[in-house]
Amino acid sequence: MAFVNPHITAVAVEATEFPDLARRYRVSAVPKTMVNGEFEILGALPPDAFIAQVLTSLGTAPEQPEEQSQS
Amino acid sequence: MPLISAPDQQRLRDAFAEMTRPVRLMFFTQTLGCDTCAEARQILDELPPLSDKISIEEANLILDKDKAAQFGIDRAPSVVLLTKDEQGADVDSRIRFNGAPSGYEFSSLIHAVMLVGGRPPGLTDAHKEKLAAIDRPVLLQVFTTPT
Repeated sequence: MAFVNPHITAVAVEATEFPDLARRYRVSAVPKTMVNGEFEILGALPPDAFIAQVLTSLGTAPEQPEEQSQS
Repeated sequence: MPLISAPDQQRLRDAFAEMTRPVRLMFFTQTLGCDTCAEARQILDELPPLSDKISIEEANLILDKDKAAQFGIDRAPSVVLLTKDEQGADVDSRIRFNGAPSGYEFSSLIHAVMLVGGRPPGLTDAHKEKLAAIDRPVLLQVFTTPT
């Protein structure tokens, strides 16, 4: 996602090495994604669902979902 | 003794042979208080021998703080993936790793290297269109553990 939109920065954070970050964001199960340090996305989601959650958490929710094409 | 087995090294060599752009792994380390810096560097060191497009540049989190600030890095070990555009100017992929890229994160690193090195992203046009709606800075921090 960072690759296709220049506004996005993607950081993979190894939680056991940075327990302060893991505590700040209450990371227990992984993977867990924080969007701008505020919104949580739990688990490893397929791209459609992940993108939808990112957009929703940013308040730029997509319109009604179209027909799901093969993922 | 290398961390990657010989058959895996060959698989990576073959995969990296498809790269069309150079990938510079900017590695931020610190001299004291970084238990995993040596391990992280050791992992990264496995990669340049497998492709002449992969290089490592090391920077010190404290001594090179302008560089760290440029990439928004405030922890070590961290890796920033850079490439070059057609004019030869540096391009920040905006992909970073905080922590040693070991275990499961190693495959994420390899995927990231391939992507930055020219493999097409696995996103459809529909995905890209949706993502184009994002017009302000977004930081995605994906927390993982090595196993």
